[in-house]
Amino acid sequence: MLTIFIKELNSYFSSLVAYITIVIFLTAMGLFLWIFPDTSILDYGYAGLDSLFNIAPYLFMFLIPAITMRSLAEEKKEGTFELLATKPLTDWQIVLGKYLAALALVIIAILPTVIYYYTVYHLGAVEGNVDAGAVIGSYIGLILLGAAYVAIGVFCSSITKNQIIAFAIAVFLSFFAFSGFDAISQLLALQKIDDVIINLGINHHYQAISRGVLDTRDLLYFLSLITVFLVLTKTILGGRKW
Amino acid sequence: MSVKVSGLYKVYGAQKAVNGISFEAFTGRVLGFLGPNGAGKSTTMKILTGYLPQTAGNASVCGFDVNTHTLDAKKHIGYLPESNPLYPEMYVKEFLAFICDIHQIKNPKTRIQEVIQLTGLGPEQHKKIGQLSKGYKQRVGLAQAIIHDPQVLILDEPTSGLDPNQLIEIRKLIKDLGKTKTVILSTHIMQEVEAVCDDVIIINKGEIVAHDRLETLLQKHHTQNIEPIFVALTKEN
Repeated sequence: MLTIFIKELNSYFSSLVAYITIVIFLTAMGLFLWIFPDTSILDYGYAGLDSLFNIAPYLFMFLIPAITMRSLAEEKKEGTFELLATKPLTDWQIVLGKYLAALALVIIAILPTVIYYYTVYHLGAVEGNVDAGAVIGSYIGLILLGAAYVAIGVFCSSITKNQIIAFAIAVFLSFFAFSGFDAISQLLALQKIDDVIINLGINHHYQAISRGVLDTRDLLYFLSLITVFLVLTKTILGGRKW
Repeated sequence: MSVKVSGLYKVYGAQKAVNGISFEAFTGRVLGFLGPNGAGKSTTMKILTGYLPQTAGNASVCGFDVNTHTLDAKKHIGYLPESNPLYPEMYVKEFLAFICDIHQIKNPKTRIQEVIQLTGLGPEQHKKIGQLSKGYKQRVGLAQAIIHDPQVLILDEPTSGLDPNQLIEIRKLIKDLGKTKTVILSTHIMQEVEAVCDDVIIINKGEIVAHDRLETLLQKHHTQNIEPIFVALTKEN
C-alpha cells in the first residue's frame, strides 16, 4: 500500500496537479479572507476564521474532484490497472494507497492556512483573543470533510474511464452530500422527518465539529461515509466489468 | 508442473470466450499459445494472472490456485499484457524501481541494472517511458515482467512492434529465460513459434484444437512449417 501511496503522491507532485490545486486553494482562501469585502476578516471586524471554514467546503467541492478524477479512471483507460492488478497487491492496497495519497495532498493544501490563524491571532484587539478550540475543531472538521470528498471522488473515478465524467459526478455527489440533504429537509412533505434527513448531510456534522466539540457521533458519521464509498470503490474494481 | 489449467471456462454474457480448456506447462520449456484473434488466448492469460475470474474450472501456478491463493500465485508470475500498459510520465528507472518496490526486492538498484542489461534498455534508460519508441516500450514491459525473477512468465504477444534486429535479441532472451523457467507466450508470428517454442497449443473459438511438442506436431502433419497446420485447424468453415 505504501508503494502505491508514494507512487501516487509522486505523480501528483511531478505533474502540475498538486501545485495548481494548492495554489488555487490558497489564492482563493486569501482573497476571500482578506480582500473580498463580503467575507473579509478586516471588514467583518471579528478575530475569527469562520469565513475560511464556511467557504472551504465549497472550494473543496471542485478542487478535490479535480485531484481524484484521474486516480482510477486513467489507470482503467490506459490499461495500467491490469499491470497493478496482476502484481502481488490486493485491490484494497490499490484503493487505499490512492485514497490516502489524494487525502495527503488535501491536507498539504490545508496546512499553510495555519498562517492565517497566526495572523488573526495577532490582529485580535487583545492579542490572542481567538477561540482556539473552535479553530482546532474546525480544522479537524475540514480534514474529515476533505476525507469524505476524497472518498466520493475516488469512487467516481472507479466507475468510469472518462475523467471528465468522474469529475462531474464527483462534484454533484459532493455537493449533494454536503448540502443536498438540508435542502430536501425543507420540503413541506418531509417536515416530520426533517431532523433525520438533515442528519444524513455532511453540513450538519461539519458545523457541529466546527463549534469545537468533537462528538463521537459526528466522527462516526464521517468514518462510515468514507468506508461506504471505499467499499463501493473496491467492489467496482473487483468486478472488472469495464 | 508449474502451470496447470483444468476445465477452464469463461463466459461473457452469451459468448463463450474460453470453452473448457485444460493444459499443463512445464519448467524449462517455452509454450507457444496460438490462435486467431478472439480465440481466447488473452482471456486465458488474464485468468492465469488473476486479473479476470473464471466462470468455471481451475487454474494454478506453482501449486497455488489463482483464485484462493491469488497473492502467492501472483508472486511467481511475470506478466506482460497484450497492450503493454505503462506509465508514460514515469522515467524508465523510476518505473522499474516502483515495480521492485511492489515485489519487495532487496538491492533494487543492482537488479534494475541487471534487467536493463538483459533487455537492452541501456541507451534509453534515462528517458521517460512516454518518449520511448514502441520497441523500447516493449522492452520496458518485458523488464518489469522479469524483474522479480519469477518462476512463470506469461507474455502476451511480446514481440509486437519490434524491428527485425530487436526481434532476434528478444527471442534469444525469451529462449534463455525458458531454459530455467516456465514461459507461456502468445503470438501471431509463426516463424517465432518455430524459433523459440518447445511446445505448441493451438486454440480456436475457446477450445484447444492441437497440443503437442513442436517436433511431434510437425511430424504428424508431415510438414516443415507450423503455418499450414494453423490454417487447417483454425480456418472458418
